[in-house]
Amino acid sequence: MSAVGTFLTRRRGGDRWDWTDIVTFLWLGAGVFIMFGPALWLVLSSFKSPAQLSEFPPTLLPYEARTAVVEGYDKPLPLFVVTDDSGTRTLAEVRRVGTIAQMVDPENPATMERINIANRTPDRAVGFSWGNYLDPFLRFDFLKYTQNSIFVTGVATLITLLTNSMAAFALSKYDFRGRNTVVVLIIATLMIPLSVILVPLYSIVSGVGLINSLWGVILPTVATPTGVFLLRQYMLTIPDELLEAARMDHASEWQIYWRIVLPLTAPALAVLAIFSVVWRWNDFLWPLIVLSRQEVYTLQVGLNAYAGELNVQWHYLLAMTVITMIPVVLVFVFLQRFITAGIAGTGLK
Amino acid sequence: MAQVGAWVGAVITAPLRGFARLLDVPLRVWQRLAGQNGMAAFFLLPNMAIFGIFVLFPLGLNIAYSLTSGGALFLADRNFAGLGQYQRLLTCADYTNLLSCQEDQFWTALGNTALFVVVQVTALIVLATATALILNRELRARSFWRAVFFFPVLLSPVVVGLIWRWILDRNGVLNAGLVAVGLDPVNWLLDRNFAFAAAVGVTIWAHLGFFALILLAGLQAIPRDLYEAAEMDGTRPARVFWRITLPLLMPNMLVVIVLALIRAVQVFDEAFVLTGGGPGTATLFLTQYIYEVGFASLLKNPGLAAAASILMGGVLVVLTLLQLALGRRNERKAKLK
Repeated sequence: MSAVGTFLTRRRGGDRWDWTDIVTFLWLGAGVFIMFGPALWLVLSSFKSPAQLSEFPPTLLPYEARTAVVEGYDKPLPLFVVTDDSGTRTLAEVRRVGTIAQMVDPENPATMERINIANRTPDRAVGFSWGNYLDPFLRFDFLKYTQNSIFVTGVATLITLLTNSMAAFALSKYDFRGRNTVVVLIIATLMIPLSVILVPLYSIVSGVGLINSLWGVILPTVATPTGVFLLRQYMLTIPDELLEAARMDHASEWQIYWRIVLPLTAPALAVLAIFSVVWRWNDFLWPLIVLSRQEVYTLQVGLNAYAGELNVQWHYLLAMTVITMIPVVLVFVFLQRFITAGIAGTGLK
Repeated sequence: MAQVGAWVGAVITAPLRGFARLLDVPLRVWQRLAGQNGMAAFFLLPNMAIFGIFVLFPLGLNIAYSLTSGGALFLADRNFAGLGQYQRLLTCADYTNLLSCQEDQFWTALGNTALFVVVQVTALIVLATATALILNRELRARSFWRAVFFFPVLLSPVVVGLIWRWILDRNGVLNAGLVAVGLDPVNWLLDRNFAFAAAVGVTIWAHLGFFALILLAGLQAIPRDLYEAAEMDGTRPARVFWRITLPLLMPNMLVVIVLALIRAVQVFDEAFVLTGGGPGTATLFLTQYIYEVGFASLLKNPGLAAAASILMGGVLVVLTLLQLALGRRNERKAKLK
């Protein structure tokens, strides 16, 4: 927030406010509101009870109705603030008939009062409906979806790093016939996004029996051309003399790759790993096609299925959307500079 | 942080390192037998095998599929249909009336996608350029402001779609805002025009930071002394923008435009979760059409979906070639400097 403060007092050049300062100020202010606002609204809403979610206009914070245990009644009674001729006071509702509510004073449960419902408002305090988060895990399949998402993300990222770095090593450190052909072939695949080969890919994955299997989601995504390129460009900067020296010492080619080249490529591997995690966690179209049975859904597919029901249970849906968002937000908070550097440097995404 | 990272890395890779040690002996034998070329083949094999099976082979297969008809999944069970699927996609009794087309849904999706590409890419580029220009000023805490605009880029399309579905809901917070200032609430996602605008707006929201970031990198590469010289001469800011900033940003700008076009042509996820293609077919885009015809509808028609995806792929190939050519030209220019 201090950034906002110093920012407010900044001008362009001298003491005068330039119009560009005002535009900058408005743009950045609107930016914070529009970019963060929706996600913040999602988080706030995710703690509201179903009754509160259907309120219009919505309240900013989640509230819960306060209740009181009153002598002579088994269940806790909801509290209301009543304002009428005899002043303002807090009463508990026993039952309601039409527009008249029968209410008692929790301190003095013997006398029943009849209150017109127009004269009262629910007594509420800020409170969080944690059930929105717990129920989907305990009662529905979201635990399974989360496990599936973690499995797909982890395994796909590991395979991506391994196979892409091996290919990049061969393409940057060996001179063999047909190398350029392979490079061109990989460039060519940049042009073929998954959405263009959906039908044949589905038949192949189906042919090898991987429909409704998480491996069917993982395998088609791991040979990323962008990954091979990123790593190859980086490995080209590693001096060949280093490899020659290791060969003099009778290191095998595999050792050279594993113990010399890979550690030196660590920064590029880290960038690719971060991207891969975000990509695979967020994948939607391909998992949507391959996974049709509930127990293999990933979080994204599960969320979509939930959102597509006739009676959308928004309180659960919003909470699970927040859960789905968490890993990516963590990446954003801690690793954002790697990503922005990666994009600015290579146009990767 | 870095130390924790290294430690976590060491733990995760421990089994991998063991695995690597095990592989060393057989690989030494292979190296003796097959030499350097053999090793190159070994290193390429896993990646290229996956490439081949899941990218290159399907590409060829796609063409074969587009020439067949029927509902069967495997190519061997399908009937050869020549160019029938393409004919079906492209034939209209009267080209001024899209309802007369055999596949009027395809034409609707094509029209929607074309309109989307034009509107979204234009607005996206203008907004991203403005954002990049502002972020390129001498700001305190620039990395914070950059992060603000970048944040939605990482969110999954499903999350983006749901966030905005919740905001644009009939009883959503946007309508509450409208009512608060005395306007009538709008049923955003059930009105054809508003739903389309929402699809455009939400995809811009989600991708703005990505494009602003690339443009910002381009802006930062412009030599400072140019601006200082302009300031010495008392050049007006608008003139500085048109004569210095924009021309020098152009190479980056072109790459960004092509990239935005490539993405916009394939628009699917966010829009699908937000509107499901509706109301009616107001936000039905090409990728969703392919998905519906090939997978989701009751009468699946893989051949038709393949034909449609090849038409879309053709557009994408042209755009990608353009992008690669532009990128290479920029690299050459950078080297000449």
